[in-house]
Amino acid sequence: MDLTVVILVEMLYAVASLILISAGLAVVFGMMKVINLAHGEFMMMGGYATITAVNLGLNIFVAMLIIAPIFVGLIGLLVERLVIRHLYGRLVDTMLATWGLSLLFIGLATMIFGNTTTGISTPIPGFAIGNYQINGYNFFIIVVAILLLIGVLTLLKATRAGLIARGAMQRSDMAAALGYSPDRIYMATFFCGSALSGLAGAVLAPLVGLVPTSGGAYIAKAFITVIAGGPSLIAGLFSSAGFFGIINQVFTFAVSPVIGEVALLVAAVILLRLLPQGITGKFFKGKL
Amino acid sequence: MSLNRRNFLASTTALAGAAMLPRAVMAADTIKLGSILDTSGIFDAYGKPMDMAARLAVTEINAAGGLLGKQVEVVAYDTQSDMALYSQYGQQLTRQDKVDVVHGGILSASREAIRQTMRKSKTPYFYNVLYEGGVCDRNIFINGVTPAQQVEALVPYAMGKSGKKVYILAADYNYGQITARWIQKFVADNGGETVGVDFFPLDVADFGSTIAKIQTVGPDLVIAPLVGGAHLSFFRQWAAAGMKDRIPLASTTLGVGNEHKVLTPEEGNGIMVAYNYSQELDTPANNAFKEKWAAAYGDSNLIHEIAVSNYQGVMTWAEAVRKAGSMDRDALIAAMESGLSIDGPAGKITVDPKTHHAVLDVHIMEMENQGMKVIETLPQRQPIDTQAVCDLSTNPDDNTQYEIEI
Repeated sequence: MDLTVVILVEMLYAVASLILISAGLAVVFGMMKVINLAHGEFMMMGGYATITAVNLGLNIFVAMLIIAPIFVGLIGLLVERLVIRHLYGRLVDTMLATWGLSLLFIGLATMIFGNTTTGISTPIPGFAIGNYQINGYNFFIIVVAILLLIGVLTLLKATRAGLIARGAMQRSDMAAALGYSPDRIYMATFFCGSALSGLAGAVLAPLVGLVPTSGGAYIAKAFITVIAGGPSLIAGLFSSAGFFGIINQVFTFAVSPVIGEVALLVAAVILLRLLPQGITGKFFKGKL
Repeated sequence: MSLNRRNFLASTTALAGAAMLPRAVMAADTIKLGSILDTSGIFDAYGKPMDMAARLAVTEINAAGGLLGKQVEVVAYDTQSDMALYSQYGQQLTRQDKVDVVHGGILSASREAIRQTMRKSKTPYFYNVLYEGGVCDRNIFINGVTPAQQVEALVPYAMGKSGKKVYILAADYNYGQITARWIQKFVADNGGETVGVDFFPLDVADFGSTIAKIQTVGPDLVIAPLVGGAHLSFFRQWAAAGMKDRIPLASTTLGVGNEHKVLTPEEGNGIMVAYNYSQELDTPANNAFKEKWAAAYGDSNLIHEIAVSNYQGVMTWAEAVRKAGSMDRDALIAAMESGLSIDGPAGKITVDPKTHHAVLDVHIMEMENQGMKVIETLPQRQPIDTQAVCDLSTNPDDNTQYEIEI
């Protein structure tokens, strides 16, 4: 019984962390069609921003939930203005440019923080479920992921800004004809996407040992989740993160962590063979 | 004289030859020590302090009058954590720089990339890093601890403090696999039982499910030969789940690159390890070493296990040169095989003539407030794993890395 609860929590946690890892990319790649290969490095910078802020004496939650997203968002803004803006609609070129950016960010982080592992400890103590001890921080991640989904959903669905953004992503020429500047909408959207990546990196930072190359560990999973999710932002993210998270954990518990990772990748291949447009290309069509 | 191609070639060759002459004479005035290490890139946390240690050792040797009346000159190459550069710089050291000895290599892959080059060019090679054991080659001398030396000391101590049921979490490559086998053997030898073994690729950073799984099995002790930054997450998540005070932890790798200084005291305290060196080793030799290091580099925080191994490697080589009285390779090997020993910061190091590995002190330690407190010192442990497969006195032409069957 206790074990069931523990496994359930671990599954929810796996799904939540996939949602977090992929949310920023879902906005940047899913909505704007910019293949951001520096997504992992945006997360890495979120992590470093948090650690630096905490070491400067700031409250860890302030650092994770406010400082890191804003900091990485601003870097995203800079990147968009200087690089990405010139490359909209040129998929391969953005890929190359953002890959270069990722190398640049790794280099900068190495110069500033050195090529050693850093980290902070989790702010929430572990607690017991029956005979099991479980990481209390897992619940924090789950809560953040839920709030993040609700937040993005509300923003896109219930606010005028969200409506304009969605409109501009679908037909930027029509948005422009109605008097909105697609340039500024893209800029704002890229800022939000980067901020979400920064948030994810920040929230996951206390769980890992952070090195400048940490971003590489996230990038593949993020792309798989977003691509398998398909055209709908929220429904796609939720369904594919749920699918992969559960498969990963089932195999991890049943066999081993390595098989868990393998199962995730195999599932992704099969899924994309059967549903080349992603989950929401077939189900939940037209949902957000 | 008309200048045709043949004349031109002949005269320039002669010129070039003449130009090289004084350099060759000069080269004979110093002894060249080749150093090949990753002092930049992802392994620089290991390589930089190793480089500092080698230079410190050479400065010391030179201050004491050098070797055989000559000064020692360091020829160093930074391999930038790129295995391909090892073969390139290895060739350069032996062919172009014609060094008298090479110290260096960090990962086992880097050692294997240059070992044959050194052997072919008859350049004595010192590999001063803790590693998985089993290399058997007359041209190489290895100064780090091997799994059996560590595990033989660590397992009985850790089991004595906890209990008989042991769970192993290891990195998924040859070091982790081999070490896990040795742990299983010593657990069985000490009357215990291995209740689970899990291997993790080097980029796995999420251990939540593993921590739940360990609790399902309920071992008395977890031994974790995990490697690298991603695996450091395990120790963090273990503490975050509140497991640290329930099941004791031991590791054969944590702290080699000073990782314990990244963990907070709450995360690290009480983790049991066994190494050749600890900064907290309170001996006159170590205190003097730390002072020398601080005088040269500001403070002594960077010193770690393999930096000290590298220092001791250079010192052992110097001792052998003094004993041999010449720079001849065979004389050097004979001197090394004569049961040579030195007293280093980590204690006495003796060269094992049969395997060219080191007989050394292993200290059992517990992490305490980001330091490694020495609990017990086991003097002069033999490299029993490599000894089981390698005997260079009866088979001097051996040139293999054995996978030791247990």
